[in-house]
Amino acid sequence: MKKTHFSETHTPDGFNPSTIDSRDSTQDKLVPIRAQNTGSELDHGLIAEIQANPSAIIHRANTLKNRRSVKSHWQTAWLLKAITLMDLTTLAGDDTPGRVTRLAAKAQSPVSMEILQKLKVEKCNLKVGAVCVYHEMIAPALDALKGSSIPIAAVSTGFPAGLTPFDLRLAEIKESVSLGAQEIDVVISRRHVLTENWEELYDEIKLFKEACNPAKLKVILATGELVTMRNIAKASMVAMMAGADFIKTSTGKEPVNATLPVSLVMIRAIRSYFELTGNRVGFKPAGGISKAKESLQYLMLIKEELGTKWLSPGLFRFGASSLLNDIERQLEHQATGRYSASHRHPQG
Amino acid sequence: MNVMNIFESMDYGLSPESRTEADQWLENRGKKFGHYIAGAYRQSTKPNYFTTYNPATGEELAQIASGTKGDVDKAVDAAVKAQKKWNRIGGYQRAKYLYAIARSIQRHARFLAVLETLDNGKPIRETRDLDIPLVARHFYFHAGLAQLGDTELSDRIPHGVCGQIIPWNFPLLMLAWKVAPAIALGNTVVLKPSEHTPLSSLFFAEILSQVNLPAGVVNIVTGDGITGEHIVKHPDIHKIAFTGSTSVGKRIRHLTAKDNKSLTLELGGKSPFIVCSDADLDSAVEGIVDAIWLNQGEVCCAGSRLLVQESIADTFLAKVRKRMNDLRVGSPLDKSTDIGSIISKKQRNHISEMVALGKEEKGTVYQPQLPLPQNGFFYPPTLVTGLTPSSVLMREEIFGPVLVSMTFRTHREAISLANNSKYGLAASVWSENINMALEIAYELQCGVVWINSTNTFDAAAGFGGYKESGFGREGGWEGIDYYTKPKPPKLPVQARAKSRSKLVYEKEIPESLIDQTPKLYIGGRKVRPDGGYSLKVFNPQGKIVGTVGKGNRKDIRNAVEAARSASSWKQASAYNRSQILYFLAENLAMREKEFARRIELQTMCDSGEALHEVRTSIETLFYFASWADKFEGRIHQVAARKTVMSLNEPVGIVGVVCPNQYTLWGFVVMMAALVSMGNRCVVIPSETSPLSSTDFSQILDTSDIPAGVVNLITGNHDDLVKTLVEHEDIDAIWFAGCSTQNAMVNKMSVGNLKRIWLLENNLNCWYNQKSGYYKECLKHSVEIKNIWIPFGE
Repeated sequence: MKKTHFSETHTPDGFNPSTIDSRDSTQDKLVPIRAQNTGSELDHGLIAEIQANPSAIIHRANTLKNRRSVKSHWQTAWLLKAITLMDLTTLAGDDTPGRVTRLAAKAQSPVSMEILQKLKVEKCNLKVGAVCVYHEMIAPALDALKGSSIPIAAVSTGFPAGLTPFDLRLAEIKESVSLGAQEIDVVISRRHVLTENWEELYDEIKLFKEACNPAKLKVILATGELVTMRNIAKASMVAMMAGADFIKTSTGKEPVNATLPVSLVMIRAIRSYFELTGNRVGFKPAGGISKAKESLQYLMLIKEELGTKWLSPGLFRFGASSLLNDIERQLEHQATGRYSASHRHPQG
Repeated sequence: MNVMNIFESMDYGLSPESRTEADQWLENRGKKFGHYIAGAYRQSTKPNYFTTYNPATGEELAQIASGTKGDVDKAVDAAVKAQKKWNRIGGYQRAKYLYAIARSIQRHARFLAVLETLDNGKPIRETRDLDIPLVARHFYFHAGLAQLGDTELSDRIPHGVCGQIIPWNFPLLMLAWKVAPAIALGNTVVLKPSEHTPLSSLFFAEILSQVNLPAGVVNIVTGDGITGEHIVKHPDIHKIAFTGSTSVGKRIRHLTAKDNKSLTLELGGKSPFIVCSDADLDSAVEGIVDAIWLNQGEVCCAGSRLLVQESIADTFLAKVRKRMNDLRVGSPLDKSTDIGSIISKKQRNHISEMVALGKEEKGTVYQPQLPLPQNGFFYPPTLVTGLTPSSVLMREEIFGPVLVSMTFRTHREAISLANNSKYGLAASVWSENINMALEIAYELQCGVVWINSTNTFDAAAGFGGYKESGFGREGGWEGIDYYTKPKPPKLPVQARAKSRSKLVYEKEIPESLIDQTPKLYIGGRKVRPDGGYSLKVFNPQGKIVGTVGKGNRKDIRNAVEAARSASSWKQASAYNRSQILYFLAENLAMREKEFARRIELQTMCDSGEALHEVRTSIETLFYFASWADKFEGRIHQVAARKTVMSLNEPVGIVGVVCPNQYTLWGFVVMMAALVSMGNRCVVIPSETSPLSSTDFSQILDTSDIPAGVVNLITGNHDDLVKTLVEHEDIDAIWFAGCSTQNAMVNKMSVGNLKRIWLLENNLNCWYNQKSGYYKECLKHSVEIKNIWIPFGE
């Protein structure tokens, strides 16, 4: 019998590019589905044809959140799911080993046992999707997460601006991977997008991907700085062609971070890429998502546009630091019927 | 349901909206409702009730009084009694009531949403997020219009009592579209909601009492089509506004033919949804969802006819099918439902029959395997592909969640396929190329075009159709013309003014000895009448003053064809049209004595009067030359990052029947107004004095007006008018002929629901009051098209 866990097993990422796991029944054509994104040739024609109509996209994103609703048990389950899809993050200049240890503790027990018992889900092994830190914090994080199977994601390539010397950016990725990071969140050179130099962007990400092996490559587009939806759609597609395993909206440091409309653009790019190549690429909205209700809206967006399959840590993550606390409060409300307060939940 | 299982499946589960308060209200009212007349609920004179059901479950919701003639009479009496005072209290006072209604709607928003969903079967998401907010918005907008009307509309007055008949698909929203402008502008109302969905109207009546709206201003009589007919036929109702099917609309046109009530008809549609190869296809798919699966497709402006460019058709249709699999059909009260219940078993059967017909027509039918509730009248979302323009499904309205599709090669072909329909309500155009999108939008014959969007509404933007989708506009500044009429002139109609200067003819010189044979004027050429007969023209003393060709049916046919061929006229620049009208004036001025003499000969009027008429005609030509490039549309303020362009477009081909009076000016004023706005016309000149018009063909010949823009067919009105009014390729009739023919003209227009304008005594008034007529003439010369252009990159 299948054992239900609130965290999916993170298989050690020994990627075999040619692994074929199944054929998607929703597809008309027979397209092999691969476990990891192997990338593809840069297709200039396809990039040129990409369209993204902002007003229609904003309309869809704004109305979608009112077209679906999850209540009672369903809301509880969805909020628990959101926790398992979270990259619990600290990316500050004043991070210390002590701070990271606290975060790691929270990652392993994100919701108090008392609440889980009241919700009758205490037997699950609830934990977050990953812990996301700077390179220097990988070692203390590894220590603190020992035995938990929670992967460590490290931001890299001169995060957040990505303007350090290129060879140093590659070296930074390799250093983090060799230290034990299983996921690398890289930033792209925004200028390649703004000058529509897709060749350069493709080559850059391809080299990141090579340097990353065997860790997962998560490519941050910094959408707030790419400005237009067409830029974002095209950059998403180039990143996936170059081998991104995840595409991620933001560093959290841009003036505008994750929004539903921008997410919709990236999600649709993921869908097109999947239909073209059979490769499933993950999505990570990051920055500014701090309310439980918003997290539900993101899950609905994913479910509607990509399908339920994408609601797993292998294909979707929230990059968030304060979201967890709001979800805890909502879960306590679900458990007790009383509205909760932040201070009732252990800090990360 | 166990949380752990849900965690695995990530289903939405149940999310029902509570109906407790709605049920409580029905319970409190004893589940039985009378009519709302003169500010209170009244029992029917001979109580007879019908049942309103929840179509999603089949449960009985309430007993509703069936309105008799006696009930309608009482309601109209109350409305008549209230009207004068309601108008007199002024715009600001009326604005306060409309504002109170708007606020009250907002206070009861969720209650109304639930009640509407119960009665209609549409998803709560829609009633909550679309219907009810738009209802409140409509009353707000018209509260403002009521107040501004005092200054901005000082030349117009209300019709009086309006009879309003609304459909079941957007019950309260259609009530708002009808009631708000009517009462804002000083009319009073007798409204009949659909027998399928009376409940929100009946609750609205309670709101009216709560805000102390004066008794009789709004009266609500429930019932079916028979009750509706009593309203339509009532002699004290001067305005009928109807939203519903084209067949009922035609019947109303027929029933009101004799008494010439002002009509607004918002009827059916088969609106095209055009997807070009450069569109954002994923967004266009969502557009389709909003276009045809909103309100179960029971939407008059539903984008029900998909036209997709051949090069992307397979890709696009595959996306549509995939999207259909994710639609949720189910309980309308569930917050995650996309498609609720069809209104009735009858309607669902009609939809099934249409889809079966689509199969017979070799269409490929796709319906996703979705679970449908056992009870109620649910129907799955349906896509029929592979159809052609001759398929019945491509031509007829289905009024259900059924999208039919066909391909096109170029955007020009898309335009022609889109216009290949008797309907002309709305259209949606998807392209990332603004050049192409705007070209298509301009060329489509319909009242609303949404670029890269669909089914968006706002009280500030007018809504209404071309062709058999009806006439009149609801909402915006353009809507006020249909709930008001021009103020009659203050001065009594005077005798014909005399010119100060008098022509002096040398009486001894006989008329020209050279014989004249006025011909018909068709397609820029003078042609002999098809029948080969001519008619003598007599002066009032019975003396023959000339002959004209005796036109027949075939001449009318030829003239309409000539007008059809002159389609480039609507694209002529406003400057060009203006220049031509000035040139007509110039050429007429050169020959003013000759024209005056002709008037004098035909009518035996004073020579000064005759000259005055010619000079008035010249002034009129100048007048419409002035307006040709100044009668502009508007930009409606609807929302941030959305421009709504309201364009004045020519109506098309207009049949003009000239009065016997004002033998020259009567023709010139109608022709000049129409031509100034880019219309083409087929004119039947004055029956008794046609020679001024036939003379005018020479002016036309020398004034650079393109062939076919103005055509003249002389002859007996009895023979010609019927053919002209019945012609299916004529878009409107301006009738200033003998008023005994008015009812006939109204009736004959039913075939293609052409717009009828009976000028009756207007010309008499306007001849002496130049300033008054231009707006009326210009308004009747145009159709208003609203193009929604969302923007932003």
